[in-house]
Amino acid sequence: MDKQPLLSIKNLAIDFETRRGTVRAVRDVSFHLNRGEVLALVGESGSGKSVTAYSILNLLDKNGRLAEGEIFYNGMSLHNANKKQLEEVRGREIAMIFQNPMSTLNPIRKVGQHLRDMLKTHGYANWSNLEAEIEKLLHQVEIFDVDRVKNAYPFELSGGMCQRVMIALALACRSQLLIADEPTTGLDVTTQKSIMDLVHNLAKEGDLAVILITHDLGLAAKYCDKFVVMEKGLVVEQNPRSHFFADAAHPYTQKLLLATPSKDASLSELTSHSPDYLHLPEPSKATTPLLQVKGLRKTYGKQTNFLFSSATEEFVAVEDSHFEIYSGECVGLVGGSGSGKSTTSRMLSRLEDPTSGRILFEGTDITAISSKDFIRHPLRKDIQMVFQDPTGSLNPRHSVFDLISEPLLRLGAYRSKEDLNSKVEELTRQVGLPSEFIYRLPHQLSGGQKARVGIARAIALQPKLLILDEPTSALDVSVQATVLQLLETLRRELGLSYLFISHDLYVVKMLSHRLLVMQEGKIVEQGMTKEVMSNPQHPYTQGLMAAIPVIEKKSPALAEL
Amino acid sequence: MNNTFETQESFAQRLWFTANQNILSLVSLALFGLYILIGLTSPYWIPFDPLETNTSIALQGPNSQHWFGTDHLGRDVFSRVMIATRLDLGIAVSAVAISFIIGTALGSIAAYYGGWYERLIGRLADIVLAFPLFVLAMGIVAVLGNSLINVIYATAIINIPFYIRIARAEVSLQRDRQYVQAALLSGNSHLRTLFFHILPNCLPNLVVQISINMGWAILNAAGLSFIGLGVRPPAAEWGILVAEGADYIISGQWWLVLFPGFFLMLAVFTFNLVGDTLRDLVDPQKRK
Repeated sequence: MDKQPLLSIKNLAIDFETRRGTVRAVRDVSFHLNRGEVLALVGESGSGKSVTAYSILNLLDKNGRLAEGEIFYNGMSLHNANKKQLEEVRGREIAMIFQNPMSTLNPIRKVGQHLRDMLKTHGYANWSNLEAEIEKLLHQVEIFDVDRVKNAYPFELSGGMCQRVMIALALACRSQLLIADEPTTGLDVTTQKSIMDLVHNLAKEGDLAVILITHDLGLAAKYCDKFVVMEKGLVVEQNPRSHFFADAAHPYTQKLLLATPSKDASLSELTSHSPDYLHLPEPSKATTPLLQVKGLRKTYGKQTNFLFSSATEEFVAVEDSHFEIYSGECVGLVGGSGSGKSTTSRMLSRLEDPTSGRILFEGTDITAISSKDFIRHPLRKDIQMVFQDPTGSLNPRHSVFDLISEPLLRLGAYRSKEDLNSKVEELTRQVGLPSEFIYRLPHQLSGGQKARVGIARAIALQPKLLILDEPTSALDVSVQATVLQLLETLRRELGLSYLFISHDLYVVKMLSHRLLVMQEGKIVEQGMTKEVMSNPQHPYTQGLMAAIPVIEKKSPALAEL
Repeated sequence: MNNTFETQESFAQRLWFTANQNILSLVSLALFGLYILIGLTSPYWIPFDPLETNTSIALQGPNSQHWFGTDHLGRDVFSRVMIATRLDLGIAVSAVAISFIIGTALGSIAAYYGGWYERLIGRLADIVLAFPLFVLAMGIVAVLGNSLINVIYATAIINIPFYIRIARAEVSLQRDRQYVQAALLSGNSHLRTLFFHILPNCLPNLVVQISINMGWAILNAAGLSFIGLGVRPPAAEWGILVAEGADYIISGQWWLVLFPGFFLMLAVFTFNLVGDTLRDLVDPQKRK
């Protein structure tokens, strides 16, 4: 192997022209990458990790430019390369895969066509061996039912499959360097594991160099040889893998490391300062359940023929669920995408009617009330919800004040302006939102602040049951840590009960007392969190636990591999 | 962090900010304001009575006394063009208001409730669109009777399908956003959620349609008057003025057509331009 690194970046700085003048997004970034190596660019949103990677391909937005430094690819300066050379490198040598593979593939072209085009334009196949080449590529990315996948449109495949196809496309043009921008965010943990295993194998066996852009330290620790930790456009730490966890020197890396949920970390250990809730007592548990779910089932009918037959195809989203939630308790609900956890949450919050089964809330059968009538029902304010997407769940035209006061006005007895003002102020204080933010619109807030507004709105009416539908999955880990601690504080302070839904076992287990594991619409395992975590019974639970990349915070994570 | 974030931006501030974005916004807003001003105040300052005839000064070219010249009955063209602004804008605004309210309501109900509502309303729009629109408008006025109010109805009816389509597309995009579920959880009924939460978020694109539609509506009203339907002489209306002037263009009295025609064209141009400015104004994301 040649001594020269495949890619080296020296003192890179990138400027963006904005309305408020020139902003330096990235400064003084240097690293190099050899063939067969996997490098992780780790950082939270706004850290400049994506901008750095995009500049390699010259994919910066129109207002961005490389201000200083140089990028060498295979000894050639990409900065000084002429357009033709650059196109050559970009199209053939460096490939990129993105967060959302479904939208990166052209939706009206079959997978086979994508691959055929790629092979033909680069001249790696002719008519005689085209199909054989495609089969070889698909095998390389571990797709074995070649005929089905080849003739499928992207929307007919799962997210994980699409990501494999994207990787196959990169391999089709014999790329030397693969830039993966959060390739597994939005995929299930089990799919994430298989994709990352694949990428790792290709790097090791195929001599491919990989840059993995990620916010997930666990993922980086498990699959990468090198780390570049970035914060606010600066490289704060650059370490070979073996030293990473033992001597993470920079306080930012330590903070990130601390905030990453892991197998044995408790909630209070996520931040360096001790959180507020520790001095609050655990709310007393009642003996009668607050919520009882009995034989809950939801199916969606799909009419196959409009005119002549009434045959319907049934899709079962939730099958025969039974569980209870006691007041003051946090119950975790874990499962992959399509496991029915969101459908369950929509039925419990009475946004949707179940097909059959009963939900008893404090002994009242709330399934007897249709979801339409439940809007006006006095129990409406007792069951509230915090949504997954902090941006999408806030009406973009409403200010923070409007958003928080909405449920108070509609369902509460707040009629005088003073009452309303003081209540909104109290709520913003409770969730730790500065009061001067009250007239801001959602797009003027950060992700964590938006999440806090969503929580303030949900607790405004002091609900008895709060359904948390992946409330932190869109947040950076350090923000996630503080939001999780806030939720715990509020639970103890107000005596709330939570149903905490997440795909991440390690997040759920920090808050919840009991755990429900869902797979394909069925609850396959339930029990005390500690017991389930230490001794998972169902193979699906075991699979979930094995799939999440763990960082051992104290010792170097060399163990497996 | 900027201090202006902490207070709610006033409408005037937003208007100023948006107008400052580019020269076209500024020009279109200025012209828009000018038309409104002329429409509201013209009866108080026009130099001559627009209906007063005086054959001794018939067909004079533009001069210091009659800026836009006089017509075949000696009426002052300037006064007539100015006074017509009120009538034309009045027709356009009321027609567009009717079609906006009905079309948007139908379209958003179709998208939000789906099922039979959607099929019924969708087909209704398709039926109206199946006719050549100007011919349909002519037919409506001919059947209902030749009056100003019927011109407004006819113009409104032919524009409804466009609002149905836009509202349906916009609402079906917004319907599945999580803030809609959040609104329902906060105790908003479906109807309230639709009209107070979803619809305001569809406004930016509807506003563009409104302003382009204003231009069409003016043209449509002028067109109907031109062929002798709707507004009747001697009332001053841009379409009528152009129609009356058309007879004289061969004999060289160009001012009879040019001035009302130019005012008509400029009005349509203004409304088309002002749409983008208004969209920026109602879109909270575009604010600083």
